[in-house]
Amino acid sequence: MQELARGFADPVLEAQDVFRAAMRALSRPGRPQRLVTELAPPAPLTPEAAALALALCDYETPVFLDATLAAERAVGDFLAFHTGAPITADPGEARFAFISNPLEMLDFSAFAPGSPEFPDASTTLVLQITGFTGRGLSLEGPGIKGRIGFGAAPLPAGFAARMAANRALFPRGVDLLLAGAGEVAGLPRSTIVGED
Amino acid sequence: MTSHHTGEMPAIRYNFAYLDEQTKRMIRRAILKAIAIPGYQVPFAAREMPMPYGWGTGGVQVTAAVLGPHDVLKVIDQGADDTTNAVAIRGFFEKTAGVATTTATAEATIIQTRHRIPETPLGEEQILVYQVPIPEPLRFLEPRETETRQLHALEEYGLMHVKLYEDIARHGHIATTYAYPVEVAGRYVMDPSPIPKFDNPKMDDCPALQLFGAGREKRIYAIPPHTRVRSLDFEDHPFAVQRFAKPCALCAASGVYLDEVILDDRGGRMFVCSDTDYCAGRQAQGHRGEMAAPAAGQALDVMPGLDPGIHGVPPVLPAQGVDGRDKPGHDGVSDRVGGAGGMP
Ligand SMILES: [Zn+2]
Repeated sequence: MQELARGFADPVLEAQDVFRAAMRALSRPGRPQRLVTELAPPAPLTPEAAALALALCDYETPVFLDATLAAERAVGDFLAFHTGAPITADPGEARFAFISNPLEMLDFSAFAPGSPEFPDASTTLVLQITGFTGRGLSLEGPGIKGRIGFGAAPLPAGFAARMAANRALFPRGVDLLLAGAGEVAGLPRSTIVGED
Repeated sequence: MTSHHTGEMPAIRYNFAYLDEQTKRMIRRAILKAIAIPGYQVPFAAREMPMPYGWGTGGVQVTAAVLGPHDVLKVIDQGADDTTNAVAIRGFFEKTAGVATTTATAEATIIQTRHRIPETPLGEEQILVYQVPIPEPLRFLEPRETETRQLHALEEYGLMHVKLYEDIARHGHIATTYAYPVEVAGRYVMDPSPIPKFDNPKMDDCPALQLFGAGREKRIYAIPPHTRVRSLDFEDHPFAVQRFAKPCALCAASGVYLDEVILDDRGGRMFVCSDTDYCAGRQAQGHRGEMAAPAAGQALDVMPGLDPGIHGVPPVLPAQGVDGRDKPGHDGVSDRVGGAGGMP
């Protein structure tokens, strides 16, 4: 049996630091924030996605893994051991979903959008990306002064249209954290995404 | 698991910033959803804190969940850094988190506040944490939580407009001066906490992140930076902030929120900045109001400094009787929507 990769060396301070990166990311949509971690989780889970999981997930948050993550048993074991979160195969009941292959990701409608009375009861999607490009998409909405350009790769086809459909559900909808190497950016449901 | 008792009393140790990690995670998740849905009240499982509710346990829990070792914390109570409440909360985080604290608005990374927004404009990297007694702006119009939740879900805010319009019918203007309701990002109607309506415009397009914590009612809500925040009003009765007839008696500032200070029992009074850091900063720069001590030497003996204990007009019961300062408390009872305001 393979040895389990370790969690945060300092769980209290590292969780706080990663949370602040996620909070900055969601309060300033489309502006990548520094997220540095020493974690070395089993592939294909990336260190940044793992750090977000360890900072935010626990027994109260069912976690969904996409097909490529679910195929690696060590990933589920790592997350279950370090967070205590139940791993669910049903994206509609997940509070967090980890997507290692955004090109083939499920439609947002597969995940929980919350209810009109409790729109917070919705899935937060963590997309593993390789990097930010700063163009291709235009963003406006809360947290953004005016309008900014944004881009990340890889993203699924029709990403702007998917985000527009999600925005149309507001205040229901899913929220996205895009985790790249050493960085995280947020695309909350409140953001209006257009083609640049 | 059994343990071997050695007979020694363990030293009482707190986790960083007091709260346990599971509680912090739960609050942090609520904060992230609050940011994603500006103005919406996210329910959370508030914890008992080692202080009574009137002390702002909701704000304390939000601060505890957000705070890191490199933060610099400022705590104000109705604009003042030196009230019992502000001193106690600052001391709490110095002790449990070992963080640096400050009274200077510009130096703080996190500002926890009860009922004011600082006069010094906030910056991109700052976080303002409000202590909220009653988070539901519709509560005084509809006591049932299931009903108010439904009204928010349907974006049905007619009741609030009717209430404000009744104000106009009765008083000739909207009499609400504290906790004046706002619309956030064109969607949710939100209670900005009992700040004077003077502060409402500061919430609009604010570069700082604004977080709100209500401990007793277990709600967290947020306004992301650069978000449209509009005070509710009517075309024929547009929103307007309080104006003061004279500048601050100590630092001569105008365009800031002033408190009335009673000087003696013969009706002597003056108006001074509610924001004590702002006022002290202006005085340090050499600004002098009409009641300021002369720059050189002899102090005025009627003005022994800005004693928060004498800010007492009009007299109302302080919340829970724990507030060392008896400025108008406005912790959820009087002077809300439909109440008569105390300030000009
Ligand atoms: Zn002054």
